[in-house]
Amino acid sequence: MPRTGVFICHCGTNIAGTVDIEKAVEASRNFPGVVHADDYRYLCSEMGQDLIKKAIEDNKLERVVVGTCSPRMHEGTFRKAAAEAGLNPYLLEVANIREHCSWVHKDIEEGTPKAIALLRAAVAKAVLNESLDAPELEVEKRALVIGGGIAGIQAAIDIAEAGYEVDVVEREPSIGGRMAQLEKTFPTLDCSACILTPKMVEAAQHPNINLITYSEVEEVKGFVGQFDVKIRQKARSVDPVKCTGCGVCYEKCPAKASSEFEMGLSKRKAIYVPFPQAVPNVPVIDRDACLYFRKGRCQICEKECPPQAIVYDQKDEFIERRYGTIIVATGFDQMSPSQYGEYGYGQHPDILTGLEFERLFNASGPTGGKVVRLSDGKPPKKVVFVQCVGSRDKARGMNYCSKICCMYTAKQAVLLKEKVPDAKSYVFYIDVRTAGKGYEEFQRRAAEEYDVAYLRGQVGKIFPEGDHLVVHGVDSLSGKIIEIKADMVVLAAASIARADAPDLGRIVGINSDSYHFFNEAHPKLKPVETHTAGIFIAGACQAPKDIPDTVAQASAAAVKAVGLLSKDFLKGEACTAEVNQAECSGCMYCEAVCPYSAINPVEIEERYHGGTLKRTVAEVNPALCQGCGSCTVICRSGSVNLKGFSNEQILAEVDAICLQR
Amino acid sequence: MRYHYFPGCTLKGQAKNMENTTMAAAAALGIELVELEEWQCCGAVYPLYEDELITLLSPVRTLAAAKGEPLVSLCAACHHVLKRAQELMQRNEEARKKVTDYLEVEYTGEGRVLHFLEVLRDDLGFDKLADMVKKPLEGRKVAAYYGCLLLRPSKVMQFDDPENPTIMEDMLKAIGADVVKSPYRTECCGAYLSVTEEAVARDTVSRIIDSARSVGAEALITACPLCRYNLENCAAEDGKEPLKIYYFSELLAEAMGLQFDQLMSAALERRRSSNGNK
Repeated sequence: MPRTGVFICHCGTNIAGTVDIEKAVEASRNFPGVVHADDYRYLCSEMGQDLIKKAIEDNKLERVVVGTCSPRMHEGTFRKAAAEAGLNPYLLEVANIREHCSWVHKDIEEGTPKAIALLRAAVAKAVLNESLDAPELEVEKRALVIGGGIAGIQAAIDIAEAGYEVDVVEREPSIGGRMAQLEKTFPTLDCSACILTPKMVEAAQHPNINLITYSEVEEVKGFVGQFDVKIRQKARSVDPVKCTGCGVCYEKCPAKASSEFEMGLSKRKAIYVPFPQAVPNVPVIDRDACLYFRKGRCQICEKECPPQAIVYDQKDEFIERRYGTIIVATGFDQMSPSQYGEYGYGQHPDILTGLEFERLFNASGPTGGKVVRLSDGKPPKKVVFVQCVGSRDKARGMNYCSKICCMYTAKQAVLLKEKVPDAKSYVFYIDVRTAGKGYEEFQRRAAEEYDVAYLRGQVGKIFPEGDHLVVHGVDSLSGKIIEIKADMVVLAAASIARADAPDLGRIVGINSDSYHFFNEAHPKLKPVETHTAGIFIAGACQAPKDIPDTVAQASAAAVKAVGLLSKDFLKGEACTAEVNQAECSGCMYCEAVCPYSAINPVEIEERYHGGTLKRTVAEVNPALCQGCGSCTVICRSGSVNLKGFSNEQILAEVDAICLQR
Repeated sequence: MRYHYFPGCTLKGQAKNMENTTMAAAAALGIELVELEEWQCCGAVYPLYEDELITLLSPVRTLAAAKGEPLVSLCAACHHVLKRAQELMQRNEEARKKVTDYLEVEYTGEGRVLHFLEVLRDDLGFDKLADMVKKPLEGRKVAAYYGCLLLRPSKVMQFDDPENPTIMEDMLKAIGADVVKSPYRTECCGAYLSVTEEAVARDTVSRIIDSARSVGAEALITACPLCRYNLENCAAEDGKEPLKIYYFSELLAEAMGLQFDQLMSAALERRRSSNGNK
């Protein structure tokens, strides 16, 4: 029986308040194999760790059990301490007597026997622990950024500047994302394009950045340090090498389709670049709209293209590359307010969403930068802004606050006043939320200097009457019902996750919350990490956020990625599966359930009745195995074992809890 | 098509006309409405406190009396209470046990609870209704007024889209009327404030009527006796020709070619047969 030591942490009163420590220490002394038991107020402190180290040396301990908080918190700390005292770190076992015991039980009468049972189980397992070594894994020194909006661009530039190669995959024909659609940015009113396009150009020209536009990630295999990614590069129908970006093709193209970039407010050609500053400045043919693809005739673009860059028979191509790390920065969508029948969205051209209204300010937008009603081309004199359309709405929308609407509404009201000086804005709000540097000051300026009337209350009905829109709302501060005959209504529709975010999450292997925003590993302390090692998130795909927060998060994700790429090797998983090939029948169920493709069939030769027999058995590639344990569960003959969590060890724990009550 | 029919008190008094015209039209359309025996009050208002169970006794007794077979009502308020009581019986096991134990009935929320308009839409079909119409109301500009009770809460009532309902307009189209839509067709009629704070009801009713006039309506239809009362009695006296307010069933009966004397004789016949039952 290995010489075992038990150490119990008080965690202040976190554990000691509900567990009789003295009793637990006494009980531990009687467990089989235990030669030493002790307790300390904070074992995770330096003095606490020294206590463990000294006891290992003084008592020649071969196994250590620490009764403390969850192994997710301090298993690493204690394993390191054990290693420093000369013990293989995998010979140390943590009994979670805080989250699993003291925090969930009311009093010492309930907590103490539970803690003792958990300690007994941990000792029973620990005596069966074996020394393990984590394999070293090579790191592919290249990063993948999914999404070419401001988050993806910023992350890519930061990684490239640190000296590593980075590929940016963007679904649309150009990088730029949502920020490219904006006219000005709050709270300083700098022109969005003026601050974004230099970054787009920098990304395009950086020797370490490779832009893969009009492409989507189709498959991600592998693990941290070695992600094998398959990217579908959709057929542009234009040769990007020959194309000079002259624009003759889309000038001459006779076919039109609704412009995604203009939120459907205007048309684009079938061959198009989404916006004038597109990067790369190479058009794509929308095959659903192109006359040649639909009806087999036209080919005007091919005839007109000076460098003859049109390639109608171009096919989708696949890029397969290995990356050390991945940053997901896929952004957000705007909820369609059409489910709010009372707001009449979609029933009248002068009822717009915030992002649609934004395009009216833009010089290259659907109205050439004139803020006018889409119904009759006249400038709007009275504009009603409705906040929280779909946000903060438990009954019919999203529970959360979309965070950006209060500020962009104030911005749009200010811009409106500048474009149409005799315009009057009304803002219906639930609360005005302006947390951020310079934000409150900006919003107050809108209200005080730009004549924006803030009305605390909600809108109940919007309908056309004559050539204006009647808005019925309530001013809850005065208790009055308000009726405004408006020329235009702007609905601050909720920011929502991309419709296909769950699909991408499944491909990449990260999870999302109930709204389909990607989950960070810890809401405070791991804001850009995910639960999958080597995959980071940035920007509005994690939660609604404004540009400053997005850029900060993108740089944070880049630092994490660079930190990983700067290592030549990573410590792999020590607790991997192994197959007892003598018992394995070769059914290969384990191969079918392995999420990491770490199990393969191999042929072995066995002596059999004097001759030799060839048969197929399973083999685990320890470099790929992540120790999830799926194979050990599916194995019918019990011949797969997870190192550090063998069937024998688990049963010893169960026996220790069940048999010795 | 045979249905249990729950009239409710108003349809035997103030809103007798809704019942008479519905019965005559239903007969002409081959829809048989059989009045529940010994029916009681619908409960009048659905209790907003979930633990106020006493108000539920009466509607649950009615629901149980239908024995899981389709139950039709006409009054918007009755339909509202019956439908919501049924939903609570389906959802809240504790309330169900208390109420059914007290009443000594078995009821677990089964059976379709329908408004007559739903029978026309879902069971008969407006296309079929259009085929059966004898005197289409050609050239008559009519607007529908829904009020609240049939539409809300929409998840429970499942009557129509609460913001943009179409059922009454679809019926009007089927009977050949020239349908106009007013944006105020789902706004509040003022409800019982016409009794306690008449000024509020006058405001709301005036808006509804002005709005209907502005889109060219000559008449409004409703399915709710209280809405009709308010629309008729709280409209501002502005010297203009008052808008005609009808129950939907009155126009339906007219389009089915039923004359006043036919309606009256049908009503009399029912009176006599129900007296004969006693």
